[in-house]
Amino acid sequence: MAKGSFIDSITESQAWKSIFRHGAPTNTRNRVLVVLMNVFLHLHPIRMKKSGVRMSFTWCMGGITFFLFLVETVTGVLLMFYYRPTAEFAYADIIALREHVPIGIMREVHRWGAHSMVISVWLHMFRVFLTGSYKPPREFNWGIGVVLLVLTLLLSFTGYLLPWDQLAIWAITVGSNMARATPFLGNEGPGASLINMLMGFDVVHAGSDARFALLAGRLVGEATLLRFYVLHCIFIPLAASMLMAIHFWRVRKDGGISGPL
Amino acid sequence: MNFITDAINTLCRPAILFTISCGVFYLVLFKWREQFSQKRTVIALELGMLAFILVSMLNPTFKDVVTKPDNIPIVGMLFLVLYFTWLYFHKAVINDNLIAQGKDVENKAEAKQMTYTWPDLVFSEFICTIVVWCGLLLWSIVLKAPLEEPANPVETPNPSKAPWYFLGLQEMLVYFDPWLAGVVLPTLILVGLILVPYIDTNPKGNGYYTFKDRKLAITTFLFGFLILWLLLIVYGTFLRGPNWNFFGPYEVWDLHKLEFLKNVNLSEYFWRGLGINGGKLPDNPFIREWLGIVLTIGYIVVGPLLLKKTLMKPLFDKLGAPRFYITAGLFLMMASLPIKMILRWVINLKYIVAMPEFFFNI
Repeated sequence: MAKGSFIDSITESQAWKSIFRHGAPTNTRNRVLVVLMNVFLHLHPIRMKKSGVRMSFTWCMGGITFFLFLVETVTGVLLMFYYRPTAEFAYADIIALREHVPIGIMREVHRWGAHSMVISVWLHMFRVFLTGSYKPPREFNWGIGVVLLVLTLLLSFTGYLLPWDQLAIWAITVGSNMARATPFLGNEGPGASLINMLMGFDVVHAGSDARFALLAGRLVGEATLLRFYVLHCIFIPLAASMLMAIHFWRVRKDGGISGPL
Repeated sequence: MNFITDAINTLCRPAILFTISCGVFYLVLFKWREQFSQKRTVIALELGMLAFILVSMLNPTFKDVVTKPDNIPIVGMLFLVLYFTWLYFHKAVINDNLIAQGKDVENKAEAKQMTYTWPDLVFSEFICTIVVWCGLLLWSIVLKAPLEEPANPVETPNPSKAPWYFLGLQEMLVYFDPWLAGVVLPTLILVGLILVPYIDTNPKGNGYYTFKDRKLAITTFLFGFLILWLLLIVYGTFLRGPNWNFFGPYEVWDLHKLEFLKNVNLSEYFWRGLGINGGKLPDNPFIREWLGIVLTIGYIVVGPLLLKKTLMKPLFDKLGAPRFYITAGLFLMMASLPIKMILRWVINLKYIVAMPEFFFNI
């Protein structure tokens, strides 16, 4: 059987045509259809400014950030199969991931991907600022982007605790010590004593302040581990996904990738 | 050899390195923009940085700190930030020259032409994805993710450091109390960033690289990101050892290094220095700290008014009152960090307002 006819027999089969309802994107009509019909490619517009395709302009940092988010999601789900967020098992499970899983580099990919994502978010914002792309009509989307920056840092921060080693608990201890000094809400913050004085009893103390709410305890302990695990795996990724949807939507609605007017 | 390492250790002291960085920052932005934007400059700088790091690896302390698994991304980031900062200037200088000649900026014609997403964008995205994925896999195979001893709540490592992207904030703790360095200032950074599009009313520089069209915005942002954020992360990561003491890049992290605590509060300067009240500090904190309170309120309230009359008068005329006062307030908050740093280095000032009774130290 000739090669051409073999390929033809696949691309003309009922199964193939049920998946791809148009021909190969070699002509204008099909180039439009491929973006229009595919739910993933549909993130893109069908046509865009020629200047917006240039990598020397966009640095592709937003795209890389999104790709890294997907990498983190997939590797994170794989890690969740093996990892138990309890003081008894957490550390041992991480060791097991390294020692007993064949080609065990999922944690490496997850961790280095997380660091890369923090950097790519910064560079994305760097590019957007330097090209003035936050200017009208994109002001609101810049704000969404700042919130996404916070969520990226929080994702990385909550994930930092999960290996449950010395590096993890002390980094989180140092990082969360700041919350103790939150004005009015931290037991060592300015204004806390004022609130306690006005209320007539200690409302804000080490067992009720902002740090306690963050750590679910006076110290980084097992309750913190569970809390950070849930935030890391469920809450923040969901919030970030929703904001990303808005972010991408608004990129298109606000006139696509910016360019000289 | 010792002479060179000692010299570099000294040059890296916070006050000196910060001053040098600010000097270089000023020169690159306002004097050497053309030269900096040349291709050979970035090649020379990247290679120079690489050579510096490689040669320094001969020093065991330097090697230990730089090759800590979680510090590797920061080293990589420094190379990337240098490249992208250069790329910005490269494009900005080209555009600024075109504008000066009365021509259109680069790719302006292309912004009016449309192209199909498939294949033009989809293919670059695809290639980008492959490159990032391969890089990430390679990195993961070569370098194990860090894992230390099991968590032990009674054994505090020295130094204890936050994750690297927060080390700029941790470094700020040297100059400010936690309520400012850890809560108020980070909040203001984020609020300030969100407000940027609403206070920067300059219609120029939208969608292209330029420096001359928006000098103030670019200078402020680059100073904030490169100096106040990244340089402080470099301090916190590479130059702070046990007890958060300063250690030069080639200096052994000695647990017992002694640093004299000679920092003095403004109120102590006032009452003791002038010998008022017999050199004794009054018991009432509000009387004791009156000078600092007046100065702080003056900075926040009189500062914007003064800027409006003098340095920033053109900005006030352009922005109008509400936008101007928000902008000036954010500027002053941003400036408070270098001001406090300089006061610490020059007169060993600890707190401008010191009210440990209320956890209210500024």
